[in-house]
Amino acid sequence: MHNKTIVELSRALAAGEFSSTELTTHFLQRIHSLDEQYNSFITVTEERALADATEADERIAQGKATALTGIPLAHKDIFCTQGIRTSAGSKMLDNFIAPYESTVTANFNAAGCVMLGKTNMDEFAMGSSNENSFYGPVSNPWDTKAIAGGSSGGSAAAVAARLTPAATGTDTGGSIRQPASHCGITGLKPTYGRVSRWGMIAYASSLDQAGPMARTAEDVALLLQAMAGMDPKDSTSVDRPVEDYSATLNESLQGLRVGLPAEFFAEGLDSDVEQCVSNAVSELEKLGATVKQISLPNSNLSVPSYYVIAPAEASSNLSRFDGARFGYRCDQPQDLEDLYKRSRGEGFGAEVKRRILVGTYALSAGYYDAYYIQAQKIRRLIKNDFINAFNDVDVIVGPTAPTPAFNLGEKADDPVAMYLSDIYTLSTNLAGLPGMSIPAGQVSGRPVGLQIIGNYFSEAKLLNIAHRFQQATDWHLKAPTDIGA
Amino acid sequence: MSFDRTDVERTAHLARLSINESDIENTTETLTHILQLVDQMQAVDTSGITPLAHPLEAVQRLRADQVTESDQRDAFQQIAPATENGLYLVPKVID
Amino acid sequence: MGWETVIGLEVHVQLATKSKIFSGASTVFGAEPNTQASLVDLGMPGILPVVNEQAYRYAVMFGLAIDAKISKRSYFERKNYFYPDLPKGYQTTQLEQPIVGPGHIQIQLPNGDTKEVRIHHAHLEEDAGKSLHEDFHGMSGIDLNRAGTPLIEIVSEPDMRSSAEAVAFAKKLHSIVTSLGICDGEMSQGSMRFDVNVSVRKKGSEVLGTRTETKNLNSYRFMEEAIALEVERQIDLIEDGGTVLQETRLYNADTRTARSMRSKEEANDYRYFPCPDLLPVEIDDEFIEAARASLPELPDARQARFMDQYKLSEYDVSQLAQYRDTAEYFEKVTKTCKDAKLAANWVTGELASRLNKESLNITHSPVGADQLGEMLLRVKDDTISGKGAKTVFDSMWNKEGSADDIIASKGLKQVSDSGALEAMIDEVMAANTAQVEQYRASPAEKRGKMIGFFVGQIMKASRGSANPGQVNKLLKVKLDG
Repeated sequence: MHNKTIVELSRALAAGEFSSTELTTHFLQRIHSLDEQYNSFITVTEERALADATEADERIAQGKATALTGIPLAHKDIFCTQGIRTSAGSKMLDNFIAPYESTVTANFNAAGCVMLGKTNMDEFAMGSSNENSFYGPVSNPWDTKAIAGGSSGGSAAAVAARLTPAATGTDTGGSIRQPASHCGITGLKPTYGRVSRWGMIAYASSLDQAGPMARTAEDVALLLQAMAGMDPKDSTSVDRPVEDYSATLNESLQGLRVGLPAEFFAEGLDSDVEQCVSNAVSELEKLGATVKQISLPNSNLSVPSYYVIAPAEASSNLSRFDGARFGYRCDQPQDLEDLYKRSRGEGFGAEVKRRILVGTYALSAGYYDAYYIQAQKIRRLIKNDFINAFNDVDVIVGPTAPTPAFNLGEKADDPVAMYLSDIYTLSTNLAGLPGMSIPAGQVSGRPVGLQIIGNYFSEAKLLNIAHRFQQATDWHLKAPTDIGA
Repeated sequence: MSFDRTDVERTAHLARLSINESDIENTTETLTHILQLVDQMQAVDTSGITPLAHPLEAVQRLRADQVTESDQRDAFQQIAPATENGLYLVPKVID
Repeated sequence: MGWETVIGLEVHVQLATKSKIFSGASTVFGAEPNTQASLVDLGMPGILPVVNEQAYRYAVMFGLAIDAKISKRSYFERKNYFYPDLPKGYQTTQLEQPIVGPGHIQIQLPNGDTKEVRIHHAHLEEDAGKSLHEDFHGMSGIDLNRAGTPLIEIVSEPDMRSSAEAVAFAKKLHSIVTSLGICDGEMSQGSMRFDVNVSVRKKGSEVLGTRTETKNLNSYRFMEEAIALEVERQIDLIEDGGTVLQETRLYNADTRTARSMRSKEEANDYRYFPCPDLLPVEIDDEFIEAARASLPELPDARQARFMDQYKLSEYDVSQLAQYRDTAEYFEKVTKTCKDAKLAANWVTGELASRLNKESLNITHSPVGADQLGEMLLRVKDDTISGKGAKTVFDSMWNKEGSADDIIASKGLKQVSDSGALEAMIDEVMAANTAQVEQYRASPAEKRGKMIGFFVGQIMKASRGSANPGQVNKLLKVKLDG
């Protein structure tokens, strides 16, 4: 059962081959027996899952099922789920039972999905290796010595290890695409504003975007269908009709103009990864695409620009964690300042504190113009690069990450090296564009992802390309060897 | 730009973060590295460029003035560290 | 060499919306603690703000009322600081591009002059919660019901030169926002709060002195006291060779003292930046014109109309036209009694002093405008005397019924019938022949005083029911005859 895609599971549930309860029980058992080695879940919501499954089975029996009814899902532990701990991977929220439901999870609940649990993540989504979690690092199912990627590392690992058919993620600078790449799965970061951020614990508000992670583009299309749409509760969600993402999956790629940005193939790119990407590009050509060299001249500035804007927004977004109304409170605060400083000092991990400090500094008097404003000006230059590029090409293709998954601990003490591992993914967040990562090869048994970046609201096109690619290749079908029968 | 111990202490105070004395040196060094990375931006001439705060440059939707929320104090205060008589308790506030 | 006081005001005005500026929680005053603090108001993880359209409309109405430039594009920023009444650790406010740009307000000074005070700008922002300082085992209690209540902060230029001018400005603002209906004006509930920036300089100097800010004054009297105190402190300080420090001060109305606020002492670095959860607000001409069309009559216009329509004195108009509630009351009374001068006398006189004595707003007057108007009709048609009217008014104040009921039940109807009065006069004259003789023997200039005796006798004989005006007239004829 666990090797089936959502599309296949949906058909089997409809045909009565098995019930959602059986399916859910199967995944719960897998989580119990296997997740110790991956640490991909923070919370397994067994009771809730079985209750959801019972309800789904009734719904299926009544003929009121959607394509997602009865499908088990895991949610990144950044989405508030009412009555269930929502930790954001932080000690700060270790005791936080969310008093309300995020729009994303509410949408899946309404579709009849089964919630298996909440997945591990870098604390407050700050990280590229999932080593910044209060609940410990996530191991890559392809090689447990390797990182799963971050910050949605738990979601990626759980999908790769077939502990869930799919999971939600969030992507602020690559946090869906990079772990998807490292774990050999398919992940999509939609256009900024396509999916509601209500109930999604904020890291950097102008960059954060939720998206689906699954094994195939077809599944991702189904999931995005449920997630996308305007939400009156999110001022930045876009009021624009949601397309039928599954309808155009099979369209021909004949005449598709693919741009390869020179900057994504420059120094720093692992040569084996480059080979995988080249092979994938050839595959796209075989499917009818024409390839063009392009330039995104300011993309090398995405790291500095991002590492000002994201920490600046984060420093403000995380001020609410003050020990007063929810979350961690230090022991015996002596006075107000002690309450704030110790609750935050003890409740946040090292990387979160680092980014709060950087962001606070960048916004502080005397530095605001040189850092924050300059970063936002560069943000516009980066966006303009994409706008220019999309005059000539339909999509931009390149590596998702410069290397395959590195080893746990390898960059843990070097934040700057860690930041540079996001170099190909940050610019899409800065510009607000949609991006995907799909499996496109392996290097020494570790998966390599191909990144596809599209123009605003071109999710259907990205899914179409990914699906056609997956029809022609089998990288997305490969499974880690050590994940049980 | 250089980042020294005073900067760390001043910034940590603004951000209300306690930092162990033993971590200050390490923090200063790491933050200096990060700022060096970030300072690549300073070489770029951006005169005449308008800062971009939101990727889509959309405009705000306005909400009708309606009361849609009801009292959920008990539920919200269940997860609070300390409350009494419906109030959140914090160490004494001195203006 | 004398000193000159320079004053600028920052006024926080709570907007009378039903719901908060960024959430759907109620703004009603006086609820149980934290029962009107929603997820958004509490700053829960994952929450997002959405802007209340009515708050924007009200801000635009204010801008139009003070002839200010309205920003078609404005945006919200975050002002970052930690405080227990500020749940998110930042206040969402407007800095670079506020909704209301420069404008101006005319104020009336106590000596009758008018003066223009420039408004630097007015911006929308969210109110904070409240820290309750009663002792909870050494802790403070936080109530976040007020958090997220929409405010406009109105920032004046330093154009005022005395506490009297500052109070006149504050009163004028109060009359504008209540006339607009965008604020309930309940100062005791904190609906309007004043921060006063004060500095002093040698007369003739063009350079501004260092200013201090005294925060959160919520009555005109406190404002006056706080300014006087601060001016004196600054002058003493400078004359003793000291310098004024730029600081935030807190006025204690109980002890009539002020002190520097310790918590605000450290150099604040608010790290303003555009709120990434909110998008710029764009309003079009249609929105602005609709707001303009919805503007009620403003105090200045009303004042002009009252002069013209009711032919009242400047004093009466200044008393009646400034506040919408008073003006509406007056106009209702006038409509019923059809005598503007009489209505004005009563509204600014007896009614105002009673309301003042019992600290009541005119909207809560126990005597309604219709009731007062009906009573004045009885004054006009001579049914009751002025003295009788005061008795009727007192009774109506005590909810004893309508004017006519009270007149009847208390027998206050005065006798104006000439025949009945003449008979009474004849009787009194007959009983007091000596006085009649004396009167008739006196020169004309002394008679005026002497007539009082006869009037008194007749009033006594009639048990106060005789119409004194009528009695006077008739007496004169008979005595002189």
